[in-house]
Amino acid sequence: MKRVAIIGAGQTKFDEHWEKSLRDLSTEAGALALADAKITSKQVDALYIGNMSAGRFVGQEHLGAMAMDNAGLNPKPAVRCEAACASSALAFRQGYMSILSGEHDIVMVGGAEKMTDLKGTGAIATLMGAGDQEWESSIGNTFVGLYALIARAHMKEFGTTREQMAMVSVNNHKNGSLNPLAQFPCEITVEDVLNSTLIADPLRLLDCSPITDGGAALILASEEAAKKLDNPIWVLGTGQASDTLALHDRKSHIEMIATKVAAKKAYEQAGLTSEKIDIAEVHDCFSINEILAIEDLGFCKKGDGGKFVEQGKIARDGEKPINTTGGLKSIGHPVGATGVRQIVDITKQLRGQCGKLQMKGIKNGLALNVGGSGATAVVNILGVD
Amino acid sequence: MGHRSSIPLYWRLQKSKYNLVGTKCKTCGKLYFPPRQLCSECRRKGEIEDFSFSGKGEIISFTVIRAAPEGFEKYTPYAIALIKLEEGEVISGQIVGDVTKVEEGKKVKSVFRRMHEDGKDGVIFYGVKFQLVG
Ligand SMILES: [Zn+2]
Repeated sequence: MKRVAIIGAGQTKFDEHWEKSLRDLSTEAGALALADAKITSKQVDALYIGNMSAGRFVGQEHLGAMAMDNAGLNPKPAVRCEAACASSALAFRQGYMSILSGEHDIVMVGGAEKMTDLKGTGAIATLMGAGDQEWESSIGNTFVGLYALIARAHMKEFGTTREQMAMVSVNNHKNGSLNPLAQFPCEITVEDVLNSTLIADPLRLLDCSPITDGGAALILASEEAAKKLDNPIWVLGTGQASDTLALHDRKSHIEMIATKVAAKKAYEQAGLTSEKIDIAEVHDCFSINEILAIEDLGFCKKGDGGKFVEQGKIARDGEKPINTTGGLKSIGHPVGATGVRQIVDITKQLRGQCGKLQMKGIKNGLALNVGGSGATAVVNILGVD
Repeated sequence: MGHRSSIPLYWRLQKSKYNLVGTKCKTCGKLYFPPRQLCSECRRKGEIEDFSFSGKGEIISFTVIRAAPEGFEKYTPYAIALIKLEEGEVISGQIVGDVTKVEEGKKVKSVFRRMHEDGKDGVIFYGVKFQLVG
Protein backbone atom coordinates (compact mmCIF):
# COMPACT_ATOMS: atom_id res chain seq x y z
CA MET A 1 0.00 0.00 0.00
CA LYS A 2 1.05 3.59 -0.64
CA ARG A 3 2.31 5.49 2.36
CA VAL A 4 1.88 9.07 3.50
CA ALA A 5 4.40 10.96 5.62
CA ILE A 6 4.25 13.98 7.87
CA ILE A 7 7.09 16.28 6.82
CA GLY A 8 6.20 19.48 8.66
CA ALA A 9 4.51 20.44 11.90
CA GLY A 10 3.68 23.75 13.55
CA GLN A 11 1.57 25.17 16.35
CA THR A 12 0.91 28.73 17.49
CA LYS A 13 0.96 29.36 21.18
CA PHE A 14 -2.47 28.47 22.57
CA ASP A 15 -3.78 31.44 24.53
CA GLU A 16 -6.30 34.24 24.73
CA HIS A 17 -4.89 36.08 21.73
CA TRP A 18 -6.56 39.48 22.04
CA GLU A 19 -4.27 40.91 19.38
CA LYS A 20 -4.60 38.11 16.83
CA SER A 21 -7.53 37.23 14.58
CA LEU A 22 -8.62 33.86 13.19
CA ARG A 23 -6.78 34.57 9.94
CA ASP A 24 -3.62 35.59 11.81
CA LEU A 25 -3.63 32.34 13.76
CA SER A 26 -4.31 30.07 10.76
CA THR A 27 -1.66 31.83 8.66
CA GLU A 28 0.91 31.69 11.47
CA ALA A 29 0.34 27.96 12.00
CA GLY A 30 0.64 27.24 8.28
CA ALA A 31 3.85 29.26 7.98
CA LEU A 32 5.37 27.39 10.93
CA ALA A 33 4.55 24.02 9.33
CA LEU A 34 6.01 25.06 5.97
CA ALA A 35 9.21 26.35 7.59
CA ASP A 36 9.51 23.11 9.54
CA ALA A 37 9.08 21.06 6.35
CA LYS A 38 11.69 23.22 4.60
CA ILE A 39 9.52 23.52 1.52
CA THR A 40 7.99 26.52 -0.19
CA SER A 41 4.29 27.23 -0.27
CA LYS A 42 4.34 26.70 -4.04
CA GLN A 43 4.92 22.99 -3.48
CA VAL A 44 1.61 22.62 -1.64
CA ASP A 45 -1.15 21.17 -3.85
CA ALA A 46 -4.15 21.71 -1.57
CA LEU A 47 -5.26 22.83 1.88
CA TYR A 48 -7.66 21.19 4.35
CA ILE A 49 -8.64 23.30 7.34
CA GLY A 50 -10.60 22.14 10.37
CA ASN A 51 -12.79 24.66 12.14
CA MET A 52 -15.85 24.18 14.27
CA SER A 53 -17.77 27.42 14.36
CA ALA A 54 -16.06 30.51 12.97
CA GLY A 55 -19.50 31.62 11.80
CA ARG A 56 -20.67 32.00 15.38
CA PHE A 57 -17.37 32.75 17.08
CA VAL A 58 -16.25 35.54 14.72
CA GLY A 59 -18.91 35.76 11.98
CA GLN A 60 -16.63 34.32 9.30
CA GLU A 61 -17.54 31.36 7.07
CA HIS A 62 -15.82 30.19 3.88
CA LEU A 63 -12.78 29.19 5.89
CA GLY A 64 -11.02 27.32 3.07
CA ALA A 65 -10.90 30.47 0.97
CA MET A 66 -9.95 32.59 3.99
CA ALA A 67 -7.00 30.39 4.91
CA MET A 68 -5.84 29.88 1.32
CA ASP A 69 -6.05 33.57 0.51
CA ASN A 70 -4.15 34.67 3.61
CA ALA A 71 -1.52 32.01 2.99
CA GLY A 72 -1.05 33.48 -0.51
CA LEU A 73 -1.66 30.07 -2.07
CA ASN A 74 -4.47 30.92 -4.52
CA PRO A 75 -5.67 29.44 -6.86
CA LYS A 76 -5.12 25.99 -5.33
CA PRO A 77 -8.11 24.09 -3.86
CA ALA A 78 -9.07 24.57 -0.21
CA VAL A 79 -11.55 22.58 1.87
CA ARG A 80 -13.03 23.27 5.29
CA CYS A 81 -13.79 20.22 7.45
CA GLU A 82 -16.20 20.38 10.37
CA ALA A 83 -17.01 17.81 13.02
CA ALA A 84 -17.24 20.03 16.11
CA CYS A 85 -14.17 19.42 18.33
CA ALA A 86 -12.94 16.71 15.93
CA SER A 87 -12.80 19.08 12.93
CA SER A 88 -9.07 19.10 12.36
CA ALA A 89 -8.47 15.36 12.83
CA LEU A 90 -11.03 15.12 10.04
CA ALA A 91 -9.04 17.65 7.98
CA PHE A 92 -5.93 15.55 8.59
CA ARG A 93 -7.71 12.39 7.46
CA GLN A 94 -9.18 14.06 4.35
CA GLY A 95 -5.76 15.41 3.37
CA TYR A 96 -4.23 11.98 3.97
CA MET A 97 -6.81 10.32 1.75
CA SER A 98 -6.36 12.92 -0.99
CA ILE A 99 -2.71 11.85 -1.21
CA LEU A 100 -3.59 8.16 -1.15
CA SER A 101 -6.03 8.81 -3.99
CA GLY A 102 -3.15 10.05 -6.14
CA GLU A 103 -4.69 13.47 -6.68
CA HIS A 104 -2.17 15.35 -4.55
CA ASP A 105 1.51 14.91 -3.62
CA ILE A 106 1.86 17.49 -0.87
CA VAL A 107 -0.99 18.97 1.16
CA MET A 108 -1.30 21.27 4.14
CA VAL A 109 -3.77 20.22 6.83
CA GLY A 110 -4.55 22.40 9.79
CA GLY A 111 -7.04 23.73 12.23
CA ALA A 112 -7.76 27.07 13.82
CA GLU A 113 -10.33 28.50 16.19
CA LYS A 114 -10.78 32.00 17.61
CA MET A 115 -13.06 31.59 20.61
CA THR A 116 -12.45 34.55 22.90
CA ASP A 117 -14.12 37.20 20.74
CA LEU A 118 -17.46 35.92 22.03
CA LYS A 119 -18.62 36.52 25.59
CA GLY A 120 -18.88 33.56 27.97
CA THR A 121 -22.56 32.61 27.64
CA GLY A 122 -22.31 32.95 23.87
CA ALA A 123 -19.32 30.61 23.80
CA ILE A 124 -21.25 28.10 25.93
CA ALA A 125 -24.19 28.23 23.49
CA THR A 126 -21.89 27.98 20.45
CA LEU A 127 -20.05 24.93 21.80
CA MET A 128 -23.40 23.29 22.41
CA GLY A 129 -23.86 23.39 18.65
CA ALA A 130 -21.86 20.16 18.83
CA GLY A 131 -24.84 18.48 20.46
CA ASP A 132 -28.42 18.14 19.26
CA GLN A 133 -29.85 21.65 18.88
CA GLU A 134 -33.49 20.58 18.83
CA TRP A 135 -33.46 18.19 21.77
CA GLU A 136 -30.42 18.92 23.96
CA SER A 137 -29.51 22.62 23.63
CA SER A 138 -33.14 23.75 23.57
CA ILE A 139 -33.75 22.48 27.11
CA GLY A 140 -30.78 24.37 28.50
CA ASN A 141 -28.17 21.64 28.52
CA THR A 142 -24.54 22.59 27.93
CA PHE A 143 -21.51 20.79 26.60
CA VAL A 144 -20.10 20.25 30.07
CA GLY A 145 -23.62 19.16 31.09
CA LEU A 146 -23.51 16.32 28.58
CA TYR A 147 -20.18 15.08 29.93
CA ALA A 148 -21.50 15.49 33.47
CA LEU A 149 -24.33 13.07 32.59
CA ILE A 150 -21.70 10.63 31.27
CA ALA A 151 -19.50 11.13 34.37
CA ARG A 152 -22.32 10.43 36.80
CA ALA A 153 -23.42 7.32 34.90
CA HIS A 154 -19.80 6.09 34.83
CA MET A 155 -19.34 6.72 38.56
CA LYS A 156 -22.53 4.82 39.33
CA GLU A 157 -21.79 1.88 37.04
CA PHE A 158 -18.09 1.36 37.79
CA GLY A 159 -17.41 3.19 41.05
CA THR A 160 -15.21 5.75 39.32
CA THR A 161 -14.39 8.40 41.91
CA ARG A 162 -14.34 12.18 41.91
CA GLU A 163 -10.65 12.00 42.90
CA GLN A 164 -9.76 9.74 39.96
CA MET A 165 -11.25 12.29 37.56
CA ALA A 166 -9.28 15.05 39.29
CA MET A 167 -6.07 13.04 38.81
CA VAL A 168 -6.54 13.27 35.03
CA SER A 169 -6.36 17.07 35.24
CA VAL A 170 -3.41 16.88 37.65
CA ASN A 171 -1.45 14.58 35.28
CA ASN A 172 -2.11 16.73 32.24
CA HIS A 173 -1.21 19.98 33.99
CA LYS A 174 1.98 18.40 35.31
CA ASN A 175 3.02 17.65 31.74
CA GLY A 176 1.73 20.93 30.37
CA SER A 177 3.67 22.91 32.95
CA LEU A 178 6.75 22.24 30.82
CA ASN A 179 5.11 23.03 27.48
CA PRO A 180 6.02 26.53 26.21
CA LEU A 181 3.00 26.57 23.86
CA ALA A 182 0.43 25.74 26.57
CA GLN A 183 -2.22 28.22 27.66
CA PHE A 184 -2.03 27.16 31.32
CA PRO A 185 1.49 25.84 31.96
CA CYS A 186 1.04 25.36 35.69
CA GLU A 187 0.77 22.40 38.05
CA ILE A 188 -2.42 21.82 40.02
CA THR A 189 -3.36 19.45 42.83
CA VAL A 190 -6.28 17.10 43.40
CA GLU A 191 -7.50 19.54 46.08
CA ASP A 192 -7.40 22.41 43.58
CA VAL A 193 -9.70 20.44 41.28
CA LEU A 194 -12.07 19.36 44.06
CA ASN A 195 -12.31 22.93 45.39
CA SER A 196 -12.79 24.62 42.02
CA THR A 197 -16.17 26.07 41.02
CA LEU A 198 -18.92 23.61 40.21
CA ILE A 199 -19.95 24.01 36.57
CA ALA A 200 -22.26 21.03 36.04
CA ASP A 201 -22.27 18.51 38.89
CA PRO A 202 -20.11 16.50 39.32
CA LEU A 203 -17.76 18.38 36.96
CA ARG A 204 -15.87 21.41 38.22
CA LEU A 205 -13.95 24.18 36.50
CA LEU A 206 -10.63 22.28 36.66
CA ASP A 207 -12.21 19.21 35.04
CA CYS A 208 -12.88 21.34 31.95
CA SER A 209 -10.56 22.31 29.13
CA PRO A 210 -10.44 26.09 28.68
CA ILE A 211 -11.72 28.48 26.00
CA THR A 212 -8.73 29.11 23.75
CA ASP A 213 -7.51 30.79 20.57
CA GLY A 214 -4.97 28.95 18.46
CA GLY A 215 -3.92 27.19 15.31
CA ALA A 216 -1.92 24.12 14.30
CA ALA A 217 -0.81 22.77 10.94
CA LEU A 218 0.97 19.85 9.30
CA ILE A 219 2.46 19.19 5.89
CA LEU A 220 1.68 15.74 4.48
CA ALA A 221 3.51 14.18 1.56
CA SER A 222 3.30 11.07 -0.60
CA GLU A 223 6.08 8.54 -0.07
CA GLU A 224 7.77 9.58 -3.31
CA ALA A 225 7.74 13.26 -2.32
CA ALA A 226 8.78 12.49 1.27
CA LYS A 227 11.79 10.40 0.23
CA LYS A 228 13.58 13.56 -0.81
CA LEU A 229 13.32 14.83 2.77
CA ASP A 230 14.83 13.43 5.92
CA ASN A 231 13.20 12.22 9.08
CA PRO A 232 9.61 11.64 7.91
CA ILE A 233 6.98 10.41 10.33
CA TRP A 234 4.62 7.87 8.76
CA VAL A 235 0.87 7.66 9.05
CA LEU A 236 0.42 4.01 10.04
CA GLY A 237 -3.34 3.85 10.38
CA THR A 238 -6.44 5.97 10.54
CA GLY A 239 -10.09 5.40 11.43
CA GLN A 240 -13.19 7.50 11.81
CA ALA A 241 -16.63 6.54 13.09
CA SER A 242 -20.00 8.10 13.88
CA ASP A 243 -22.65 7.68 16.56
CA THR A 244 -25.96 9.38 17.34
CA LEU A 245 -25.82 13.18 17.49
CA ALA A 246 -27.64 13.24 20.85
CA LEU A 247 -26.29 11.53 23.95
CA HIS A 248 -29.75 10.29 24.96
CA ASP A 249 -30.08 8.28 21.73
CA ARG A 250 -26.95 6.16 22.40
CA LYS A 251 -27.16 2.49 23.28
CA SER A 252 -24.68 3.20 26.09
CA HIS A 253 -23.94 6.40 27.99
CA ILE A 254 -20.75 5.07 29.57
CA GLU A 255 -18.69 4.20 26.52
CA MET A 256 -18.00 5.75 23.16
CA ILE A 257 -18.80 3.22 20.48
CA ALA A 258 -17.44 5.58 17.80
CA THR A 259 -14.04 5.58 19.53
CA LYS A 260 -14.01 1.77 19.64
CA VAL A 261 -14.91 1.44 15.95
CA ALA A 262 -12.43 4.11 14.79
CA ALA A 263 -9.67 2.61 16.96
CA LYS A 264 -10.27 -0.92 15.66
CA LYS A 265 -9.85 0.28 12.09
CA ALA A 266 -6.73 2.31 12.87
CA TYR A 267 -5.13 -0.57 14.82
CA GLU A 268 -5.83 -2.99 11.94
CA GLN A 269 -4.32 -0.66 9.35
CA ALA A 270 -1.27 -0.07 11.53
CA GLY A 271 -0.89 -3.77 12.31
CA LEU A 272 -0.76 -2.89 16.00
CA THR A 273 -2.75 -3.74 19.10
CA SER A 274 -3.52 -1.36 21.96
CA GLU A 275 -0.70 -2.94 24.04
CA LYS A 276 1.83 -1.92 21.39
CA ILE A 277 0.98 1.79 21.48
CA ASP A 278 3.89 3.73 23.05
CA ILE A 279 2.20 7.09 23.77
CA ALA A 280 -1.27 8.53 23.22
CA GLU A 281 -2.84 11.94 22.87
CA VAL A 282 -6.48 11.59 23.91
CA HIS A 283 -9.38 14.03 23.96
CA ASP A 284 -9.55 15.29 27.55
CA CYS A 285 -12.10 18.05 26.86
CA PHE A 286 -13.42 17.02 30.28
CA SER A 287 -11.54 14.79 32.72
CA ILE A 288 -14.11 11.98 32.45
CA ASN A 289 -13.50 11.76 28.72
CA GLU A 290 -9.86 10.76 29.22
CA ILE A 291 -11.08 7.90 31.40
CA LEU A 292 -13.54 6.81 28.69
CA ALA A 293 -10.78 7.10 26.07
CA ILE A 294 -8.39 4.92 28.07
CA GLU A 295 -11.06 2.21 28.23
CA ASP A 296 -12.46 2.52 24.73
CA LEU A 297 -9.02 2.54 23.09
CA GLY A 298 -8.42 -0.78 24.88
CA PHE A 299 -5.65 0.36 27.25
CA CYS A 300 -7.55 -1.32 30.11
CA LYS A 301 -10.76 -3.22 30.76
CA LYS A 302 -14.05 -1.30 30.48
CA GLY A 303 -14.73 0.35 33.81
CA ASP A 304 -11.12 0.29 35.03
CA GLY A 305 -10.12 3.66 33.54
CA GLY A 306 -10.36 5.49 36.85
CA LYS A 307 -8.11 2.95 38.59
CA PHE A 308 -5.69 3.08 35.64
CA VAL A 309 -5.31 6.81 36.24
CA GLU A 310 -5.06 6.43 40.03
CA GLN A 311 -2.29 3.84 39.67
CA GLY A 312 -0.21 6.38 37.76
CA LYS A 313 -0.19 4.38 34.55
CA ILE A 314 -0.86 7.49 32.41
CA ALA A 315 2.13 9.37 33.83
CA ARG A 316 5.13 10.06 31.63
CA ASP A 317 6.99 7.28 33.45
CA GLY A 318 3.91 5.02 33.58
CA GLU A 319 3.07 2.01 31.42
CA LYS A 320 0.94 4.04 28.98
CA PRO A 321 1.95 7.71 28.94
CA ILE A 322 -1.04 9.83 27.96
CA ASN A 323 -1.18 13.49 26.97
CA THR A 324 2.56 13.77 27.50
CA THR A 325 2.59 17.43 26.48
CA GLY A 326 -0.38 18.60 28.58
CA GLY A 327 -3.57 17.58 26.81
CA LEU A 328 -6.48 19.86 26.07
CA LYS A 329 -6.71 20.69 29.76
CA SER A 330 -3.35 22.44 30.08
CA ILE A 331 -2.43 23.28 26.48
CA GLY A 332 -5.90 24.67 25.76
CA HIS A 333 -8.68 23.64 23.43
CA PRO A 334 -9.26 25.91 20.43
CA VAL A 335 -11.82 23.34 19.30
CA GLY A 336 -11.13 23.25 15.57
CA ALA A 337 -7.34 23.20 16.06
CA THR A 338 -7.03 20.49 18.69
CA GLY A 339 -7.02 17.41 16.44
CA VAL A 340 -4.05 18.63 14.44
CA ARG A 341 -2.31 19.94 17.57
CA GLN A 342 -2.42 16.40 18.98
CA ILE A 343 -0.77 15.04 15.82
CA VAL A 344 1.81 17.86 15.85
CA ASP A 345 2.79 16.80 19.37
CA ILE A 346 3.02 13.08 18.51
CA THR A 347 5.17 14.06 15.52
CA LYS A 348 7.52 16.12 17.71
CA GLN A 349 7.76 13.30 20.26
CA LEU A 350 8.64 10.77 17.53
CA ARG A 351 11.27 13.14 16.11
CA GLY A 352 12.80 13.77 19.53
CA GLN A 353 11.97 17.49 19.55
CA CYS A 354 10.04 17.75 22.81
CA GLY A 355 12.77 19.17 25.03
CA LYS A 356 12.04 18.62 28.71
CA LEU A 357 8.94 16.65 27.78
CA GLN A 358 10.77 14.25 25.45
CA MET A 359 9.75 10.58 25.82
CA LYS A 360 12.55 8.05 25.32
CA GLY A 361 12.53 4.96 23.12
CA ILE A 362 9.17 5.46 21.46
CA LYS A 363 8.35 4.15 17.99
CA ASN A 364 4.69 5.11 17.59
CA GLY A 365 1.92 7.28 18.96
CA LEU A 366 -1.86 7.41 18.76
CA ALA A 367 -4.15 10.46 18.66
CA LEU A 368 -7.87 10.36 19.51
CA ASN A 369 -9.98 13.40 18.66
CA VAL A 370 -13.66 13.34 19.68
CA GLY A 371 -16.47 15.51 18.32
CA GLY A 372 -19.47 16.48 20.43
CA SER A 373 -20.39 14.05 23.19
CA GLY A 374 -19.04 11.18 21.06
CA ALA A 375 -20.94 11.48 17.76
CA THR A 376 -17.63 11.63 15.87
CA ALA A 377 -14.36 9.92 16.76
CA VAL A 378 -11.15 10.00 14.76
CA VAL A 379 -8.13 7.85 15.61
CA ASN A 380 -4.79 8.33 13.88
CA ILE A 381 -1.64 6.30 14.51
CA LEU A 382 1.81 7.57 13.54
CA GLY A 383 5.19 5.89 13.63
CA VAL A 384 8.83 5.89 12.58
CA ASP A 385 10.51 3.35 10.29
CA MET B 1 -27.19 39.19 20.71
CA GLY B 2 -30.72 40.11 19.54
CA HIS B 3 -33.33 37.58 18.51
CA ARG B 4 -31.87 34.49 17.00
CA SER B 5 -34.86 32.28 16.36
CA SER B 6 -37.70 32.56 13.89
CA ILE B 7 -41.15 31.32 14.90
CA PRO B 8 -41.23 28.35 12.45
CA LEU B 9 -38.04 26.90 14.00
CA TYR B 10 -40.01 26.10 17.12
CA TRP B 11 -43.50 25.90 15.64
CA ARG B 12 -42.74 22.88 13.51
CA LEU B 13 -41.67 20.94 16.61
CA GLN B 14 -44.65 22.09 18.67
CA LYS B 15 -46.53 18.79 18.66
CA SER B 16 -43.51 16.98 20.07
CA LYS B 17 -42.29 19.77 22.33
CA TYR B 18 -45.71 20.44 23.91
CA ASN B 19 -47.23 16.97 24.04
CA LEU B 20 -44.38 14.44 23.77
CA VAL B 21 -45.58 13.14 20.44
CA GLY B 22 -42.88 10.94 18.98
CA THR B 23 -43.02 8.39 16.22
CA LYS B 24 -43.33 4.64 15.84
CA CYS B 25 -42.18 2.38 13.03
CA LYS B 26 -45.16 0.15 12.15
CA THR B 27 -42.83 -2.27 10.36
CA CYS B 28 -40.57 -3.18 13.33
CA GLY B 29 -42.39 -1.56 16.25
CA LYS B 30 -39.46 0.64 17.31
CA LEU B 31 -40.41 3.88 19.07
CA TYR B 32 -38.68 7.20 18.57
CA PHE B 33 -38.57 10.15 20.88
CA PRO B 34 -37.40 12.63 19.73
CA PRO B 35 -39.39 11.72 16.60
CA ARG B 36 -37.61 10.37 13.54
CA GLN B 37 -39.12 10.23 10.09
CA LEU B 38 -36.79 7.46 8.93
CA CYS B 39 -36.56 4.24 10.96
CA SER B 40 -32.87 3.57 11.72
CA GLU B 41 -33.51 -0.20 11.65
CA CYS B 42 -35.82 -0.63 8.64
CA ARG B 43 -34.55 2.36 6.68
CA ARG B 44 -36.88 3.05 3.74
CA LYS B 45 -38.89 -0.14 4.39
CA GLY B 46 -40.14 1.32 7.67
CA GLU B 47 -43.54 2.95 7.91
CA ILE B 48 -43.62 5.82 10.38
CA GLU B 49 -46.65 7.03 12.34
CA ASP B 50 -47.15 9.40 15.29
CA PHE B 51 -46.95 7.90 18.77
CA SER B 52 -47.85 9.69 22.01
CA PHE B 53 -45.56 8.98 24.94
CA SER B 54 -47.05 8.91 28.44
CA GLY B 55 -44.44 11.26 29.90
CA LYS B 56 -43.73 8.86 32.77
CA GLY B 57 -40.19 7.71 33.31
CA GLU B 58 -37.20 7.24 35.56
CA ILE B 59 -33.99 9.26 36.00
CA ILE B 60 -30.91 7.31 34.87
CA SER B 61 -28.35 10.12 35.19
CA PHE B 62 -28.47 13.83 35.96
CA THR B 63 -26.47 17.00 36.35
CA VAL B 64 -27.10 20.46 37.78
CA ILE B 65 -26.28 23.26 35.35
CA ARG B 66 -24.60 26.19 37.10
CA ALA B 67 -23.07 27.94 34.06
CA ALA B 68 -25.93 28.40 31.61
CA PRO B 69 -26.00 29.24 27.92
CA GLU B 70 -27.63 32.40 26.51
CA GLY B 71 -31.32 32.59 27.36
CA PHE B 72 -31.08 30.31 30.41
CA GLU B 73 -28.88 32.43 32.71
CA LYS B 74 -31.63 33.43 35.12
CA TYR B 75 -32.75 29.85 35.74
CA THR B 76 -29.54 28.49 37.28
CA PRO B 77 -29.08 26.20 39.06
CA TYR B 78 -31.34 23.78 37.20
CA ALA B 79 -31.23 20.00 36.83
CA ILE B 80 -30.99 18.17 33.51
CA ALA B 81 -31.50 14.42 33.41
CA LEU B 82 -31.38 11.46 31.11
CA ILE B 83 -34.86 10.03 31.56
CA LYS B 84 -35.83 6.51 30.56
CA LEU B 85 -39.48 6.75 29.53
CA GLU B 86 -41.71 3.84 30.50
CA GLU B 87 -42.00 2.99 26.79
CA GLY B 88 -38.21 2.39 26.77
CA GLU B 89 -36.85 5.45 24.97
CA VAL B 90 -34.30 7.71 26.69
CA ILE B 91 -34.65 11.50 26.42
CA SER B 92 -33.01 14.60 27.92
CA GLY B 93 -35.23 16.70 30.14
CA GLN B 94 -35.12 19.47 32.70
CA ILE B 95 -36.30 18.49 36.16
CA VAL B 96 -38.32 21.26 37.85
CA GLY B 97 -38.08 22.14 41.54
CA ASP B 98 -35.42 21.62 44.18
CA VAL B 99 -32.21 20.38 42.52
CA THR B 100 -31.05 18.70 45.75
CA LYS B 101 -33.97 16.23 45.54
CA VAL B 102 -32.95 14.90 42.13
CA GLU B 103 -31.47 11.39 42.16
CA GLU B 104 -30.94 8.42 39.90
CA GLY B 105 -33.78 5.91 40.08
CA LYS B 106 -36.44 8.49 41.00
CA LYS B 107 -39.68 8.47 39.02
CA VAL B 108 -40.77 11.53 37.04
CA LYS B 109 -43.73 12.71 34.97
CA SER B 110 -43.90 15.36 32.29
CA VAL B 111 -45.29 18.85 32.91
CA PHE B 112 -45.82 21.82 30.57
CA ARG B 113 -43.59 24.78 31.41
CA ARG B 114 -41.91 27.93 30.10
CA MET B 115 -38.45 26.96 28.78
CA HIS B 116 -36.61 30.23 28.02
CA GLU B 117 -36.91 33.57 26.25
CA ASP B 118 -35.22 34.84 23.13
CA GLY B 119 -34.00 38.15 24.55
CA LYS B 120 -36.09 40.66 26.55
CA ASP B 121 -38.89 41.11 24.00
CA GLY B 122 -38.45 38.01 21.87
CA VAL B 123 -40.42 34.80 21.68
CA ILE B 124 -41.09 32.87 24.89
CA PHE B 125 -40.53 29.18 24.36
CA TYR B 126 -42.64 26.62 26.18
CA GLY B 127 -42.22 22.89 26.34
CA VAL B 128 -42.12 19.76 28.42
CA LYS B 129 -40.13 19.52 31.63
CA PHE B 130 -40.29 16.78 34.26
CA GLN B 131 -41.40 16.70 37.87
CA LEU B 132 -40.46 14.19 40.57
CA VAL B 133 -43.38 11.97 41.61
CA GLY B 134 -43.92 10.16 44.90
ZN1 LIG C 1 -38.48 -0.03 11.75
